[in-house]
Amino acid sequence: MNIQSCVEVRNEWDIVKARQEGRNIAKELGFGSVDQARITTAISELARNIYLYAGKGRIEISNLDSSGKIGLRIIASDDGPGIKDIRKVMEDGFTTSGGLGAGLPGVKRLMDEFSIDSKENEGTEIITTKWLR
Amino acid sequence: MDDREIQLRRYKSILSKYLDDQSEQTLYKGQQFSRKMIEQKISPEEAVSLHVSAMESLYPDMPQEFKNSYAFLLEMMIGYGFAYREHQSLRSRQQQLETEIEIAANMQQTLLMGEMPTVESLDIGAVSKPAKKMNGDYYHFVQDENDCVSVAIADVIGKGIPAALCMSMIKYAMDSAPEQRMQPSAMLGNLNRVVEQNVDPNMFITMFYGLYDSFNHRFYYSGAGHEPGFFYNAENDDFGELYTKGLVLGVSKKPNYREYSKDLQKGDMIVLLSDGVTECRSSKGFIERDEIVAMIRSNLHLSAQEIVNTVYRELEKMQEFELRDDFTLLILRRKV
Ligand SMILES: Nc1ncnc2c1ncn2[C@@H]1O[C@H](COP(=O)(O)OP(=O)(O)OP(=O)(O)O)[C@@H](O)[C@H]1O
Ligand SMILES: [Mg+2]
Repeated sequence: MNIQSCVEVRNEWDIVKARQEGRNIAKELGFGSVDQARITTAISELARNIYLYAGKGRIEISNLDSSGKIGLRIIASDDGPGIKDIRKVMEDGFTTSGGLGAGLPGVKRLMDEFSIDSKENEGTEIITTKWLR
Repeated sequence: MDDREIQLRRYKSILSKYLDDQSEQTLYKGQQFSRKMIEQKISPEEAVSLHVSAMESLYPDMPQEFKNSYAFLLEMMIGYGFAYREHQSLRSRQQQLETEIEIAANMQQTLLMGEMPTVESLDIGAVSKPAKKMNGDYYHFVQDENDCVSVAIADVIGKGIPAALCMSMIKYAMDSAPEQRMQPSAMLGNLNRVVEQNVDPNMFITMFYGLYDSFNHRFYYSGAGHEPGFFYNAENDDFGELYTKGLVLGVSKKPNYREYSKDLQKGDMIVLLSDGVTECRSSKGFIERDEIVAMIRSNLHLSAQEIVNTVYRELEKMQEFELRDDFTLLILRRKV
């Protein structure tokens, strides 16, 4: 079984679509309801950033099976303006939502693995993984 | 059985008891259980999920609408989970910062304080306690090869880390002007220039600088807006004020620091202090300078160090052990 999905994000409907795909795959892989909600929220945050700051991009969701460990991977990528100061956006208390603890640092804490790569004027790629326990 | 299963069993048993009896006692049990969950860093969404699992196993035939509503509630709680996790992370960062400040504070003490002089003719006592972690008061003794002892006491208006950093600057400025050590007014003039040029205009420093000449037992001194000290005349058994005229460091480009001198006889004392001493507040209001004098007077039979320690302890007690300002008290008494 190789579940995979790729959602083009251009508007808010696409955010919902990406959430739906993520939830379905998480459910199929056997994630519990709490982790399902976490994964969908992470997808939501990443997709919303694409929609708000890059205009358009993609959310790819795939399953991982490495030496018996099952996981779900989200790749959020776009060719937008990029993030100038990555360290700063990963700081707590920086997001514009201010004090909600959401945004990228929040996503990082919800998931098990998180990496971000971004160049100014070239785009942003965020890869994040949740392992099934 | 893993942690979650144990928690679920406990939660379920408390919950079902409550559904039976609705008693305050069971609610109290619930409160205690929630404390344990917080200790174990259970996030809000996990707490809700615990409740949902317990309900599902207590009521397997629960209507679908209720199940759906729990799924919805869980989704809502993820946002609270975000805030909860950020709080955790900020808290650990704050603890880390506090440890760092403590280390810096200790370093500052060792860097700044230096050694107490040991001169045959003088009995010296000093106490300096920060209100917060870092001390904005500063005192410094230097003893030279002729047994002359210079003493500086300063207070940065402003507290905490910026004040403490400023103090370090003053110390190095003093160390790098050895030729002015013998001339209190020149020393203050020099420090005024350093402060005026380098320090934030909202930060002021008051200072008293003195030099005790062990050869003729004369004390030379100048002050820059500092809380006046006391002079104790042993023969008349009388405390007077060590008044000085001179502007706070850093306010004017060319201030004039007048130099004064006092001759000390055997048993005479110089008492220097910071305004943290006179701004001590007890339940009866500010502590008057007279009261400080009275405290010193009733302990005159003790050594200089014992006197300052005793005064500090008494004032600390009067303020219910809560210092509002940095506290520094120095005593120099002519022994022979
Ligand atoms: N895909 C992206 N392209 C360009 N800039 C981005 C992208 N994602 C995030 N950023 C920048 O990083 C910042 C931080 O994003 P983050 O999602 O952490 O917080 P936020 O979107 O400002 O607030 P919120 O908490 O509502 O998500 C954004 O304000 C934006 O400037
Ligand atoms: Mg965002």
